[in-house]
Amino acid sequence: MNQSYRRGPSLPLRLFLAVVLSAGLMFLDRYTDSSTQLRSYLTTAVSPLFYVASLPETLFSGASEQFMSQQAVLEENARLKETLLQQSGQLQLMAYLQQENDKLRALLGSSAAIEGERLVAEVLAVYSHPFSHQVVLNKGSKHGVTEHQAVIDDQGIVGQIVSVGPASSRALLISDNTHAIAVRAERSGVRAIVEGLGQWDVLRVLHLPHSTDIREGDRLLSSGLDSRFPEGYPVARVVRISQDASQPFMLVYAEPYARLDRIRHVLLLSKLQQAIDATDLVTQEQP
Amino acid sequence: MRKAGRIGFVYLSVFIALLLTVMPMPQLVKLARPDWALLVLMYWTMALPQRVSVGTAFFTGFVVDVLVGTVLGVNALAFAVVIFVVAQHHLKMRNFSVVQQSLLLGLLLALYQLLLFWLSHFLTGVYFMPQYLWPVVTGMLVWPWLFWLLRRYRRQLKIQ
Repeated sequence: MNQSYRRGPSLPLRLFLAVVLSAGLMFLDRYTDSSTQLRSYLTTAVSPLFYVASLPETLFSGASEQFMSQQAVLEENARLKETLLQQSGQLQLMAYLQQENDKLRALLGSSAAIEGERLVAEVLAVYSHPFSHQVVLNKGSKHGVTEHQAVIDDQGIVGQIVSVGPASSRALLISDNTHAIAVRAERSGVRAIVEGLGQWDVLRVLHLPHSTDIREGDRLLSSGLDSRFPEGYPVARVVRISQDASQPFMLVYAEPYARLDRIRHVLLLSKLQQAIDATDLVTQEQP
Repeated sequence: MRKAGRIGFVYLSVFIALLLTVMPMPQLVKLARPDWALLVLMYWTMALPQRVSVGTAFFTGFVVDVLVGTVLGVNALAFAVVIFVVAQHHLKMRNFSVVQQSLLLGLLLALYQLLLFWLSHFLTGVYFMPQYLWPVVTGMLVWPWLFWLLRRYRRQLKIQ
């Protein structure tokens, strides 16, 4: 068929077939559950491509580390030691607080929070399509990654795992258009939902009535009510509030703490911890 | 059999375009990244419409969907439609000068972006932002160089 030059009638037919096929795919992917498995297979199939595509960057950053001057390395080392010292100082107090918290929980009769496993993963590829904010991580089911695990960086929540291959997985970022997360304002305890807009630096806080106690600069922490994300991790900071009386709700915008556009290393929180956090929440409702 | 070997080079160029599509880039550059795979397919459709057309475009679009993480089938559909238009008018487009071609391709790239946006808006409710159209501009700027490069590639390797 390729050799034939009479391709007149077949072209529209081919287009028709392509349209029907892709409409079927879209329906399958959007409105049925079977696509998650399918996507995992497909992610696995194309993961070598990601490795190859990130090769130049890996080489460059490797080379730049090679040629870093000793002075710079020493400075960095000193800085890191200082941060380590400060953080381990804080951790000592943390251990004490943890113990106290466990005792109080025991008094209340609720189960103790168990620290789950944490897994460090590196970002292989950030997909930057405006309609899908996702990153590909270099850890997969081989390393114990499962779907819906929460992903954080050193500043706050980054997103959640949506599909897993054997050696790589894909995380949906909180800035993605299809992503929403349950939060609580740290100062006032107001509960809300934060939705991605497809922009890296802005999220939107949904459905807050005009009388809600919220201010610019409020820290929004994950509330755990969505039973996907563990409670208490920083998500975003309120940056802009516009009150328009003609609108049913306030327009509140927040800036994510995690530096979504330049993440390299992330932490995957294990499912175990999240499950316990979620059950705790039920028993631990405020009076 | 020789011909079967030759078409492999076409797929090789498409593969390289797909690599460029997912290659990590700084944020600013990424927003303006041209649609490499679509541009390369456009060239091959214009040059060899009896070998590369809607079928190849559909498949490549599907791979882009998987790589990019858009709803499966969105890119496949947009690729197929745009390449269909190119395949229909390949004789006319071949006769244009490179500058005219890139102006025309600008329209097609805009059509591609709009199709993508409409479908995604319908399926996942994304909002439109004017900076989504940057790839159209960069695509138009890149086209003359890509055209020259791919023509050399085709002639050197005698792909037909």
